[in-house]
Amino acid sequence: MKQEHTQHRSKRYGMVIDLDKCTGCGACMVACFSENNVPFKKDETDKRLSITWMKVYRIDNGRDFPNNQVCYIPRPCQHCAGQHEGHSPCVSVCPATATDYSRETGIVSQIYTRCFGCRYCMGACPYHARYFNWWDPVWPEGMEKYLSPNVSPRMRGVVEKCSFCFHRYQLARDKAYANRRKDVKEADYQTACTQACPAGAITFGDLNNPGHAVHQIVKPNDHVVKNKAGISIIGKSQNPNVFRMLERLGTNTKVYYLSSREWVRKAGDNYIADEKPEDMFAEQKKH
Amino acid sequence: MDSALIPEGVKRCSLWKFLLALSITSGVLLWGVIAMLLCWIKGLNQTNMNDYYGFALWIWADLAVIALGGGAFFSGLLKYIIGKDELKNLINYAVLIGFICYSSALLILAIDVGQPMRSWFIFWHANIHSMLTEVAFCLSCYFAVLTIEYIPLILENRQINKVPFFHHLAHNMHGVMAIFAATGAFLSFFHQGSLGGVAGVLFGRPFAFRDHILIWPYTFFLFTWSAAAFGPCFTLFITWMTEKITRKKLVKDKPILLLAKISGWMIVTYMVVKSIDTWYWATHTAPSLGFNWEFFFKNNPLYGKTMLFSEIILGGWIPGLLLIFRPTRENSVTRTTAFFLGMAGVCINRWVMVLQTMAVPVMSFDSWAMYIPSWQEVATTILPVAYGVILVMISYRYLPIFPQEKELNPIEGSAGSVDKQVGQTPAGDDSPLQPAQI
Repeated sequence: MKQEHTQHRSKRYGMVIDLDKCTGCGACMVACFSENNVPFKKDETDKRLSITWMKVYRIDNGRDFPNNQVCYIPRPCQHCAGQHEGHSPCVSVCPATATDYSRETGIVSQIYTRCFGCRYCMGACPYHARYFNWWDPVWPEGMEKYLSPNVSPRMRGVVEKCSFCFHRYQLARDKAYANRRKDVKEADYQTACTQACPAGAITFGDLNNPGHAVHQIVKPNDHVVKNKAGISIIGKSQNPNVFRMLERLGTNTKVYYLSSREWVRKAGDNYIADEKPEDMFAEQKKH
Repeated sequence: MDSALIPEGVKRCSLWKFLLALSITSGVLLWGVIAMLLCWIKGLNQTNMNDYYGFALWIWADLAVIALGGGAFFSGLLKYIIGKDELKNLINYAVLIGFICYSSALLILAIDVGQPMRSWFIFWHANIHSMLTEVAFCLSCYFAVLTIEYIPLILENRQINKVPFFHHLAHNMHGVMAIFAATGAFLSFFHQGSLGGVAGVLFGRPFAFRDHILIWPYTFFLFTWSAAAFGPCFTLFITWMTEKITRKKLVKDKPILLLAKISGWMIVTYMVVKSIDTWYWATHTAPSLGFNWEFFFKNNPLYGKTMLFSEIILGGWIPGLLLIFRPTRENSVTRTTAFFLGMAGVCINRWVMVLQTMAVPVMSFDSWAMYIPSWQEVATTILPVAYGVILVMISYRYLPIFPQEKELNPIEGSAGSVDKQVGQTPAGDDSPLQPAQI
């Protein structure tokens, strides 16, 4: 019976990014471009027209030298669960069900051939993790041969975004099946950005699996808790150094950030006046 | 040359003058069509939209014309369901304006999507949780209703009405129009509301997000209410403009004052609710999400508190009050000013709910995003205006839009020139069929 329980337990893939380790080198962005056939243009000066599934933001603590500190925040799609599993900001608004939430993996997918380019999902995403193909992709001569055969390139007029390298999950599942295993091994399914990070800042895995490193770092709460505004928070980290971006909005992302610096943790959300992050859950209730 | 097509007993400008005006407007239309084709052929890279501004000028235009076109459903509701019979003298024009607004909205949407050929996916793969799905269904259905409401008007053209089948069809359609008016009001409640819901459900966007009643955010109800309140302002303003352009009194004061009064009370009640909503959002919703309401109105070049003042006071309370007090309502200048302010107010509301929502940074380290539309976006937004003007010109010239026009503008010596031909009304009445006569 115990075995059956683990077999049926759904996965919740997510990552934790150690911001104290991230150097802002951009290797994750390059790996993501290459792995997922992300199109680029000759002129990428207007960053609001650039497609960067993984984008690295640079922030500082606003203080003068020598007290100035810098932090780089890599931002893939946050794969939000929303107020209840599957009610992601983007998934809930897509009129044509062109973006979907997998209850099996917790991954928010994008169905390029179904998307008709209304861009409502982009308006709904507070992380700007969704990108519209304003142009058809044009690859430099000969580069078509280097495109990944596992990921379909996107055409003009549709939205795309980070998929947590879902094709790698499919390959890992195939491998597990071939080896007569039912579960995908942690090492068999890792995203391109995770593997490319030279500092080892990104840890990826199943947040529901206590054996996975990501679970051990994040220590997600099994219970749904409500913050002071009454918003349900799923998978709240019990590690005091771990936070999520815009957690108080109730997007319930599966990308966590780790930092020992308080100002970095505070930059993850918005606070009025003298509010503090810990105040948000002063009256936590089990749900 | 085209006098046989012009309704009897009314005077129209010469055909050449009409064609000249038509060709000038068609020039503007052509400009818009070129921009539209560029967007369809070359793609949305022709616009100045970007990944921060997925929704921009077009979505605002959509929301604005649908709000302004709300005069059609609300006038229909008042006339056919509530029984304000006096509005029979305005209902034709309200329907025409509504038809123009809604067809324009559908056209703009067809340009706005990245893959227009897949637009039908919204029906085929419908996500029932999406407000946009509700918009698409109700908008399409209500456009069909408006078409049904507009058809009898076309059939009343002097020549078409001579054909017995069309004459009786128009007669019978008028007879069942109350059913369509009720259907239209029902559908409008939902699509106006769901357009409000489009912004209100965005829980990742604290500027737009509102608390809910059942499954609907407050903006759902506010949008419906505001469309019913300000839509008639647009109908009456266009009527006033038509009177100025044609230099004729087309509608008596009584129906105009009646609709203006109803609109005034709708605006005032809407403003009470809207003010409460704004207060609640500023003091509860936004702070609970980590934002001081003032944050949304500073550190950017466009969206200051003036915008909020313009929407709530200048474009809301003032036109409402001008229309509920008899002296200012009966004064043509203050009344028309109220119509204009009201239209501006609802357009500002739709603007901030779309564009300011996109402009506001949500992540603490992000910055305000500003946007200036490209000429292609401007041209395609003006395109429906030119199309609307053309449709109004043609309809006014050839269809009996204003039932009181003949009475208000009698033509000397025309009393004996009535044709008694096959296809005239069975009772021998030579005037075109009007809703009131059915």
